[in-house]
Amino acid sequence: MSDVSYKELSLNGLWKNNPAIVQLLGLCPLLAVTGSVVNATGLAAATTLVLVCSNTAVSLIRNIVSDAIRLPAFVMIIAAAVTCIELLMQAFAYELYEILGIFLPLITTNCVILGRADGFASRHSLAPAAYDGLIMGTGFGLVLVLLGALRELLGTGALFANMDLLFGPAAANWKITVINDYPNFLLAILPPGAFIFTGLIIALKNLVDANIKKRQAALRARPVKGAKRVRVTGNIS
Amino acid sequence: MLLRQSITRNSWLLAVFAVCTTLLIAGTYLSTRERISEQKRIAEEKALLEIVPRERHDNSMLDDVITVGPEAAGLDLTESKRIYLARKGGEVVAAIIPARAPDGYTGDIDLIVGVNADGSIAGVRALSHKETPGLGDKVDIKKSDWVLGFNGRSLHNPELPGWAVKKDKGVFDQFTGATITPRAVVAATLRALQYADANSKILFARRGETPPTGEQ
Repeated sequence: MSDVSYKELSLNGLWKNNPAIVQLLGLCPLLAVTGSVVNATGLAAATTLVLVCSNTAVSLIRNIVSDAIRLPAFVMIIAAAVTCIELLMQAFAYELYEILGIFLPLITTNCVILGRADGFASRHSLAPAAYDGLIMGTGFGLVLVLLGALRELLGTGALFANMDLLFGPAAANWKITVINDYPNFLLAILPPGAFIFTGLIIALKNLVDANIKKRQAALRARPVKGAKRVRVTGNIS
Repeated sequence: MLLRQSITRNSWLLAVFAVCTTLLIAGTYLSTRERISEQKRIAEEKALLEIVPRERHDNSMLDDVITVGPEAAGLDLTESKRIYLARKGGEVVAAIIPARAPDGYTGDIDLIVGVNADGSIAGVRALSHKETPGLGDKVDIKKSDWVLGFNGRSLHNPELPGWAVKKDKGVFDQFTGATITPRAVVAATLRALQYADANSKILFARRGETPPTGEQ
């Protein structure tokens, strides 16, 4: 069970089994905080950190806990990890903590985390479990940031505003105004926009998948190389 | 019998887990506690310094406070908060007063209103709000400099009827698509000013001797 291919894990987390757009887990934070790139990045980082910690811890204790109490034990681990990260963030990144607000403690209830703890980490050894946490968190985070960028761009006509809250004063001028005097497009910033753009991203992914499938099918259907075409019509005299 | 054994074992295991995780959290809490309270203090002071910059005072505003509670007329507080006093050479130059606008579009807007000793406004900031992103959240200095429009205003600038948004025949801009939020903030700021006026003896012990300079 322990010989898992890291390539397969990466592909799973980032694309084939992406927690946000395939498993559709953790939609609450996904929809709520992706109003801008900075919020999305902050939550993505925090979620990934929690995923790595919880997967690691769950993998470490996987042989101790019996099946009957595994879920409460996992929940305790996750809650503890989230609380510790929240405290640490408050101590070392106070402004980010302020922005993420209620969504930080709510990471506990993000199904991605319990899902990966129970579905993967509890059956694999330390290294693959931690890697799975990292890559699943990254997959989730990428969707979060993409969604944040789309909504910020369409909503406010600019990108990367207020990045200094996350990356320090040096990032204060990262803001790119794409369209000058842009009238705010509220739908994109408000929750309905989150649903619409998530739907569009999922549709895009399905489109790409369908295309890949079609191409593979076409590849298989292609006649064997070297086959000769035989003229069968016309008169042979 | 077997069932009983497994229940006992599992309960013990869970208890051990609970203890371990609690210890972990307690440890993190204890080791970050000081830093967190320091960070909170810095964040708090930062907001105050935006209103009364260092050049204008020489005391530690965070330590020069008057506590006000929900009974303070006009401030609409739900809990005890602090009025911060800025002094220069012992004289109070400005008081930063907490106020709450209970009639925001989505819930309360917590404000701090800096009032100079001469009764003019040193600055207004929204500390927390849940206003609609892109519409009402322009009360936040991070989103728009609308709140700077209060600077220098006082109870007589404009006179009372003018203390409203333009839609209500006042002098303050509203936001396109959002009138309720600015209306709430203007009203709360006015009430804080009236509070400062009514309590000026307590706030500015020797009022008027050191008129503020420079700040607009």
